[in-house]
Amino acid sequence: MMQQSFASLIGNLRQQPWSLWWIQARRMTRIEIRRNLFTRRAWWIYFLAFIPAVIIFIHLLVDTHPAFGLSDDTEVLAGVVQLYYVRLGIFFGCLGIFSRLIRGEMIERSLHYYLLSPVRREVILLSKFFAGAVSAVVLFGAAVIADFVLMYAGFGAAGQDYMWHGPGFGQLEAYLLIVVLASLGYGSVFLLLSLMFRNPMPGAMLLLGWEAINPVMPSLLQKFSVASYLRHLMPVSVPAEGVFALLTVETEPVSAWIAVLGLLALITAVLVYSCIRIRRLEIRYTTD
Amino acid sequence: MNPVNDTIRFENVSKFYGEVLGVNRVTLTMSPGITTLVGPNGSGKTTLMNLMTGLVQPSRGTISVLGLEPRNATEFFCNLGYCAQFDSFPRGLTGFQFVLDSLMLFGMSEEDAHHLTAEALERVQLDVDAAQRKIAGYSKGMRQKIRLAQAIAHHPRVLVLDEPLNGLDPMARAESLALFQELGRQGMHVVISSHILDEVDRIADRVVLITGGYLIAQGNIHEVRREVRDKPMQVLIRCDSPELLASKMFAVNHCVEARLHADGHGVFVRTADIDQFYRLLNDIAVEGLVRIEAVAPADDNTNAIYQYLIGSDGSAA
Repeated sequence: MMQQSFASLIGNLRQQPWSLWWIQARRMTRIEIRRNLFTRRAWWIYFLAFIPAVIIFIHLLVDTHPAFGLSDDTEVLAGVVQLYYVRLGIFFGCLGIFSRLIRGEMIERSLHYYLLSPVRREVILLSKFFAGAVSAVVLFGAAVIADFVLMYAGFGAAGQDYMWHGPGFGQLEAYLLIVVLASLGYGSVFLLLSLMFRNPMPGAMLLLGWEAINPVMPSLLQKFSVASYLRHLMPVSVPAEGVFALLTVETEPVSAWIAVLGLLALITAVLVYSCIRIRRLEIRYTTD
Repeated sequence: MNPVNDTIRFENVSKFYGEVLGVNRVTLTMSPGITTLVGPNGSGKTTLMNLMTGLVQPSRGTISVLGLEPRNATEFFCNLGYCAQFDSFPRGLTGFQFVLDSLMLFGMSEEDAHHLTAEALERVQLDVDAAQRKIAGYSKGMRQKIRLAQAIAHHPRVLVLDEPLNGLDPMARAESLALFQELGRQGMHVVISSHILDEVDRIADRVVLITGGYLIAQGNIHEVRREVRDKPMQVLIRCDSPELLASKMFAVNHCVEARLHADGHGVFVRTADIDQFYRLLNDIAVEGLVRIEAVAPADDNTNAIYQYLIGSDGSAA
């Protein structure tokens, strides 16, 4: 009996027009990336992403870089990623990108064009999510690479050696993984918030607060936080002093792959619920 | 084709927005051709269109368009085009890009999408230069045209148009009406809501009157007019002695009003019994005292039906 229903489910899945959905998803993603990255409204997200690079560039021009300062700058870079990008830059960047995808189009009264196209609503949502993720990763990934290169460029041969033959490149890989996961994690949550609320900002501020206090929560509640998973992927630990202590507090140790899988599971759950929400979405711009 | 699969059907459909009534217990079948939705502002016309196109879901009842439901997006929206009344567009696009982007989501090749975009722009008579400009710089009439182009570009079998004549100059209105008429003749469903009743009346095959969320009449305009039995029908008779004809008409009970035409060559007669009226007119013609040149209903149009059934204040009479 169970085998039969499983076989019918597989048969049903095979009958779906996957190739058409794939084409539609690719084309929608292309349209959405164009809207996310190449509009004047995106300038402030560029600013959020590249402001640390500008500061590091000034530091490169103004300050001397003795070889013994390399470990200090490595810690500074780790702090920039953990305290600035994960907590603020990517957080607010994703808020800007992902809340525009559905809610922004409702405010501009243009979402109905998508809902009247021959594209399943789930495909619309997932394509928009993917486009948002690509946009965020391209912006913040490029910014982190720029920070990394500028940070070590001032150290000359020692810096190059650290980057290519030392732990530098591995650290960059870890930072990029953090950028990808942070973009996916925050993106999925903001996309859902924008489906649920007319103004996703109060929800986002609650999330910001939640992320801040999450490290001192019981371990079960820590599983519902994007930053708590990312903390375990940091290649360099940031010294916890002063007000930063709360943001960098060590939680119970978790291996990197469990952190990645945990976060991916969280993202999947949020996206599945978003798909359910978008199926019931109605266009009533006057009340939205 | 199965007749059920060639109609738009509403079966006992209600839609409530919280406690606000959108439409209530609408049962309606539309066959191919041009259907006009007529009703005052807030009567439920746009709700009916949004229900038909899946932008809102019914609180009760079922809707099918050519036997399809919006849940099956691929097939449903390949067969349906909706020119909604929302005068807004995705930012930063040219007219051409806007139509092209929509077509690309149908999964067709880029070459086909370009071809269909050019064809649609030609059909709505939006010139090539204008199509290459950003929509943000368009006049209201051009925005209306580009939305219409987007709705018809994929050759749907059902075209739903919410106030499609808004913002168009008389020339563009005439061109749009000719296009709707052509589409209707091709066997398409064209569902139009418009407040420019005189113009849509000329091309509509049937009318759906709605007010306060309730359907109050539907069908061929002449049939609906005949159904409105409590309102005397008005007929214009062109003849050589309108005064004599008027006096003869006043002599019978069913004639409630007789008014001379401004040009002095005809008389408007209002009668409570159209069958008796035609019998009397035959008798007068046979007598030979009045030479009758033409007889035509003077209130057998959507505007008159609207006034009779809904009234100028928008409340059902």
